[in-house]
Amino acid sequence: MTSIDESSSRPEPDPRPAGRTGADQADVPESLLPGTEEYLEDPRHYGIEEGVPWPDDVPRGQDDTHWRYEDDPHGARVAELRIAFCWLITLLSGIGLAAVYVAGGEAQVEGAFLFAGFAGLGVGFVLWARDLLPGHDVIGSRGGLTHISDEADRRLAVQSLGRGVEPMARRPFLGKVLGGVLTVFGVSLVFPIASLGPAVEGQFARTPWRKGMRAVSEVGTPVKPSDILPNGVLTVFPDTGEPLDSQAMAQSAVLLINIGSAPFKVLPGRETWHIGSVGSVNCLVAFSKICTHAGCPVSQYDWWTHELVCPCHQSTFQVLLDCKPIFGPAPRNLPQLPLAVDDEGYVVSQSGFTEPVGPGYWNRPIEINPFTHKAVKYS
Amino acid sequence: MSSTRERAAAQRRSSLVKDGLDYIDDRFGSSPFLRSAMDKIFPDHWSFMVGEIAMYCFVVLIVTGIYLALFYVPSSAAVVYHGSYKPLDGQTMSAAYASVLNISFHVRAGLVMRQVHHWAAVVFVAALCFHMCRVFFTGAFRKPREVNWTIGLTLLVSVLLEGFSGYSLPDDLLSGTGLRVVYSIIESIPLIGTKLVFLLWGGPFPGTSLIPRLFLLHEFLFPALLVGLLSAHLAILWRQKHTDFPGPGKTETNIRGSRFFPQYMLKGGALMFLTTAVLCALGGFVQINPIWLYGPYQPYAVSAGSQPDWYVGWLDGSLRLWPHWEFRSFGYEIANPFFPGILFPGILFGVMYSWPLIDAWIYKDHAAHNLLDRPRDKPFRTAVGVAALAFFSVCTIASASDLLANDWHISYERIIEILQIGVFVAPIGFGLIAYRVCIQLQRTGNMIIKKPIGGIIVRGGDGAYHTLGDHHGDHGDHGDHGGQGDHGGPGGHGGHGDRLGGDLTGTGHLVRTGGGNGGAGEGAPAAAGGEHAAGGEHAAGAEHAAGAEHAAGAGAAIPEGAVRRGTGGAAGDEVQSPGGAPKEAPPGVAGGETEA
Repeated sequence: MTSIDESSSRPEPDPRPAGRTGADQADVPESLLPGTEEYLEDPRHYGIEEGVPWPDDVPRGQDDTHWRYEDDPHGARVAELRIAFCWLITLLSGIGLAAVYVAGGEAQVEGAFLFAGFAGLGVGFVLWARDLLPGHDVIGSRGGLTHISDEADRRLAVQSLGRGVEPMARRPFLGKVLGGVLTVFGVSLVFPIASLGPAVEGQFARTPWRKGMRAVSEVGTPVKPSDILPNGVLTVFPDTGEPLDSQAMAQSAVLLINIGSAPFKVLPGRETWHIGSVGSVNCLVAFSKICTHAGCPVSQYDWWTHELVCPCHQSTFQVLLDCKPIFGPAPRNLPQLPLAVDDEGYVVSQSGFTEPVGPGYWNRPIEINPFTHKAVKYS
Repeated sequence: MSSTRERAAAQRRSSLVKDGLDYIDDRFGSSPFLRSAMDKIFPDHWSFMVGEIAMYCFVVLIVTGIYLALFYVPSSAAVVYHGSYKPLDGQTMSAAYASVLNISFHVRAGLVMRQVHHWAAVVFVAALCFHMCRVFFTGAFRKPREVNWTIGLTLLVSVLLEGFSGYSLPDDLLSGTGLRVVYSIIESIPLIGTKLVFLLWGGPFPGTSLIPRLFLLHEFLFPALLVGLLSAHLAILWRQKHTDFPGPGKTETNIRGSRFFPQYMLKGGALMFLTTAVLCALGGFVQINPIWLYGPYQPYAVSAGSQPDWYVGWLDGSLRLWPHWEFRSFGYEIANPFFPGILFPGILFGVMYSWPLIDAWIYKDHAAHNLLDRPRDKPFRTAVGVAALAFFSVCTIASASDLLANDWHISYERIIEILQIGVFVAPIGFGLIAYRVCIQLQRTGNMIIKKPIGGIIVRGGDGAYHTLGDHHGDHGDHGDHGGQGDHGGPGGHGGHGDRLGGDLTGTGHLVRTGGGNGGAGEGAPAAAGGEHAAGGEHAAGAEHAAGAEHAAGAGAAIPEGAVRRGTGGAAGDEVQSPGGAPKEAPPGVAGGETEA
């Protein structure tokens, strides 16, 4: 506890007017509570600057030092107890929280104790502010409609700015040089950003599928045509000889579909792309699983209608019509993968895709060579 | 204060406080600032608190986020899980996903922290959106607060990015699917899309670079941005002071409310605790984002019912609603996702950013305002806002089209087709309804905000103004400062309890806006005058022959601003606003009420 005498015996000289320091004990208010004439009448407590006449829309004599139970000691005591009770809940919640933690933790109980603890704290503060602290609305001045400076101040600022700007503006040559230099230098500073990703060289159109690659399931098992029953589907990947990384998997996922005896529409030039003959009991076709809309895996197959539905945005592809989009935002067919069966009876690809898989992009080719994997046609 | 002991204690406190303040002031000369800070007056309409709730959510997010970051592993490296959650035992997954499983099942109190964090994020965005609606519908973005509107919008964008990046960190099947869609959206940007997406992801999707990068964005870059923007937002608010609804004793140049210290500070703190309490209850009891049910992300897998967090729903919905169009010529194409994923939000946010300019242009109102509009008094703006909300709502509903189809046993195609029509019809329909409701509310004076004070202002043959049905009712509470006693003036401005009038019924307020928009013009003093004139019972005051409480306050400018507009026939902006109040109001009558 610092006594008044100690505070007055500070070594450095006190610049404030005498009579305000602790030395003059007579002037020390009995308590911190305002309510004196001085407090109530000081315009600065109402946002009114010194020297400005008291605005007419700020009432005089507002006394915001009173609280709800000021004149009711019993009510105040009850309010006090109420607040203490709220905080007691917080205390108990704290103990409960610690106990739950020690006992092994349980999200629901922890949530309940955290709720009770914070709520007790909050409600206690609300009651404190409402019942025992001055809380009257007051009307103060905004100090004008907006905080704007007067003309003189603005002109001073203009002068200060002009002091530098004017001589600068008189050197247009330097301005142009600086502009050019900063442009070139600035662009050069952007170069390191290029390290964040590789150059774009047709990766969007390429997949790991190559001629003769076996179709394997996600765990790497090669697939025989008989593994897929009529109306069954299987997601397969190319067997490149080594494990595929996530990027290769994302790009090369293919759906093997046994369309059964459904009337599949064979496009010209794709007569040999499926396994088994159309209309027989088993007919296997393969389409890219990557939606041509936004790249989600098209994973819902309705064997009754032979439609593939993308769970992301409900693009719907009719498998029998060469996976033509018949509903939803997908703009293009799912690309078809030419299939064959190798000597050991496993499903293989005849080649890569003849068109890019996945969603569209600015310079997407519409046809790629399935053997060289180079774009051959853009429009 | 009776006993000697109490007095001595009070004296001790007094000198302690003084010593404390002296210590600070000796070093910083800060007493004027501290005094003005503690004296600062905050209006406390409940709707002003929602922005604060958003801020407190941010506090909760930082605290819980730091805790989570201590356990999260930002890595896409494949690991085989052998943790506490047995259904996923032995599965290969990313280290990030495994660490979030670990937080959920192994770290004590980890699950509650994670769920509180996620709930806080969801509530954060909701509170922000509500706050923005409040600012929009009441015209709080008008001069001088346009810059803060811009900062607030940037905050919203940053929060959306922060939220989405955090949502994606667990690397579960659901969030990974969301990232795949975002990848395709960015890829679709003409010219630079493919390069951009490679820079962000470090190569083809999904790659292993993204998760660490997202962690950096979510942990450092976006939070730093948010803290900076929030500080600027609050500093500007502090400087410009809060807006307020018109009401008894309130003018454009005064401010009414409780002081920052102690009232507002304690209640603000209490609001923070209560917000935290609710978030903790949600986090404890209401499961959110159970990633262990989704499974680890596999680029070739996806589950049905893939919906993002609610605040991204409108974008997902717009992707579903946009038809299967993409445009191609000369070997180049603008891919499908570009339109609903980049162009559409770009236009929307462009309009939102420029709304203060558009609004000032529509209403020819370049004056500064501290008093808010009631939404009904700016029917066009309100209609635009309602239309925008309807639009966002339809888009958000569209993002759940598959779930709705499932629940309602309607085909998902029908749902989408209905919503494709609805996305045009709903905004127009709800906008028109909102417009009509505004006009009707103006005319009937329904839904009076507080206690009646206004009335019909009529100019008689002698040129004097008086109020029809004016009688001084009970002023109600706030007697200590409301105006009657202190403001003096014979009339007082007690609740003029007439049927039509109202604290803020059409009349007084319409005159106010009328004055501000029409008469006052640009210059600050003139504008101030006009606004004075207009403000709520100022207008009423002005027309009291006796010169009610604020007559003197508004000064000579009052009659100039409001009354002259009034004599012109119908008052104010409603005439100027498209389709506003009818112009056929009888001459000599001011104010909206009379036009009814």
